[in-house]
Amino acid sequence: MAVLVIADHDNAHVRDTTHKTVTAAKALSNDVDVLILGQGAEAAAAQAAKIDGVRKVLVAESPALGKMIAEAVEAAVVPMMGGYDAVLTPATTAGKNFAPRVAAKLDVSQISDIVQVVDGTTFVRPIYAGNAMETVQSNEAKKVITVRTTAFKAAGEGGSAPVEKLAGGESAPKTAFVGEEMVKSDRPELGAAKIIVSGGRAMGSAEEFNKVLEPLADKLGAAVGASRAAVDAGYAPNDYQVGQTGKVVAPSLYIAIGISGAIQHLAGMKDSKVIVAINKDADAPIFQIADYGWVTDYKTAVPALMDELTKLGK
Amino acid sequence: MKVLVPVKRVIDFNVKVRVKPDQSGVDLANVKMSMNPFDEIAVEEAVRLKEKGVVSEIVVVSVGPAQAQETIRTALAMGADRGVLIQSDQDVEPLGVAKLLKAVVAEEAPQMVLMGKQAIDGDNNATGQMLAALLDWPQATFASKVEMSGDKAAVTREIDGGLQTLSVSLPAVVTTDLRLNEPRYASLPNIMKAKKKPIDVKSPADYGVDVTPRLKVLKVTEPAKRQAGIKVEGAADLVAKLRNEAGVL
Repeated sequence: MAVLVIADHDNAHVRDTTHKTVTAAKALSNDVDVLILGQGAEAAAAQAAKIDGVRKVLVAESPALGKMIAEAVEAAVVPMMGGYDAVLTPATTAGKNFAPRVAAKLDVSQISDIVQVVDGTTFVRPIYAGNAMETVQSNEAKKVITVRTTAFKAAGEGGSAPVEKLAGGESAPKTAFVGEEMVKSDRPELGAAKIIVSGGRAMGSAEEFNKVLEPLADKLGAAVGASRAAVDAGYAPNDYQVGQTGKVVAPSLYIAIGISGAIQHLAGMKDSKVIVAINKDADAPIFQIADYGWVTDYKTAVPALMDELTKLGK
Repeated sequence: MKVLVPVKRVIDFNVKVRVKPDQSGVDLANVKMSMNPFDEIAVEEAVRLKEKGVVSEIVVVSVGPAQAQETIRTALAMGADRGVLIQSDQDVEPLGVAKLLKAVVAEEAPQMVLMGKQAIDGDNNATGQMLAALLDWPQATFASKVEMSGDKAAVTREIDGGLQTLSVSLPAVVTTDLRLNEPRYASLPNIMKAKKKPIDVKSPADYGVDVTPRLKVLKVTEPAKRQAGIKVEGAADLVAKLRNEAGVL
């Protein structure tokens, strides 16, 4: 049995999510190949080759694959599946976009967002915004799986897999790339951060949101997150959103400031190792899952916290 | 042009779900059900396109039990023109739904299928992409903005790290993200009018589609509970605990 992992990368770097997906793939098979779809992705391919336990790295390039256009990914991956029993990819927005398309072309059901590999045919995945866990068995000829990467440890480095270039990448005749507007940030990426400082509607404005959270995040080397309420109110950009409809994170430390803890938010962060809640409402649901709860107004709490961190030399 | 909007009847998003003690699933008896929130956004977008004169007819389709008629009525009250219910008492997986939708598309010949990015029960986020694959249509998922121009749609998509705009040739499948729009409430007169709008009731067999599940659900369990936490008294207390007890600072 051979397994293909479609890498998450930005051409220059392979993201940590790929390493985690390799771990999930290794639970299925010893023969794990990594596929890099992109454009000008030599550096990413070289990094993928170093992931421990990878048999080989395959590279397909084209402008459409560089933007991960779903039709192009489908056209590249489906013909390769003759040689594989399963294909796994991280459940990023890109992975969620193309994987079901591949599954439908192979006429198989997709297994979305797995958090555990029980055995070669059985997987655990969250449903109902993480309020229930479903164990499913798939006897499909080919398995198409997206992986909730926060549930798996990253595969180590130290491998030296051969890199193989595939001929002519695919185009997407019915889809044209128009443009991109990426949020610029010097902070760690939300999905990979060890510490996340997250704010909610209590902040009241975008200025307040940034004024309160950014210095604290900088002090802790943390990423900044937000509840859906804060994003919908325009206090924070879309891709800061932690929750069922945003990003699912599992850092070592998650500090929720002025977040009540709606079901949809908890679905995105309840697997964090340590959760701290700062909220002036003692009845806020966030306190039911917080390891450390501090019932107080963030306006005084955050400066006091900053002072204590300064004392520690942070 | 004609738009097809698939909608799903799901547990209301405000309801705290309970897992059945026999681990066979989630308890849905006597629980409030509603239209999947992402589908409401899809209906709203279709109605707005109709109000702009871009869309001439909106057909709503649902795959589900007889009660899914209520979900279709809600969409009709929001402004859709007519409905199709494909009645099935068993849960149909995204692949099965996509195959049924493909058959409806063949019958109705819409220029666009506008649907939610995921249902909040199965959390699969797959049906729209699967439908696009089966039809060999382009797809634009997680849409936060849709602009029609002739035989193309410019769709801004929410991706990790920001926004991406794609131009897709019609016909196409577009799936909606939360920020695409704010769905309207159906007014009482419109709810009354919706009762007169037609709903065709069909079965999967009418379309010759086999909807037997491919995945076997072995069990459904409660997620692991977190241990009850403690309250801290102040910043010094919190930092000390994070450093000494939790070891995360």
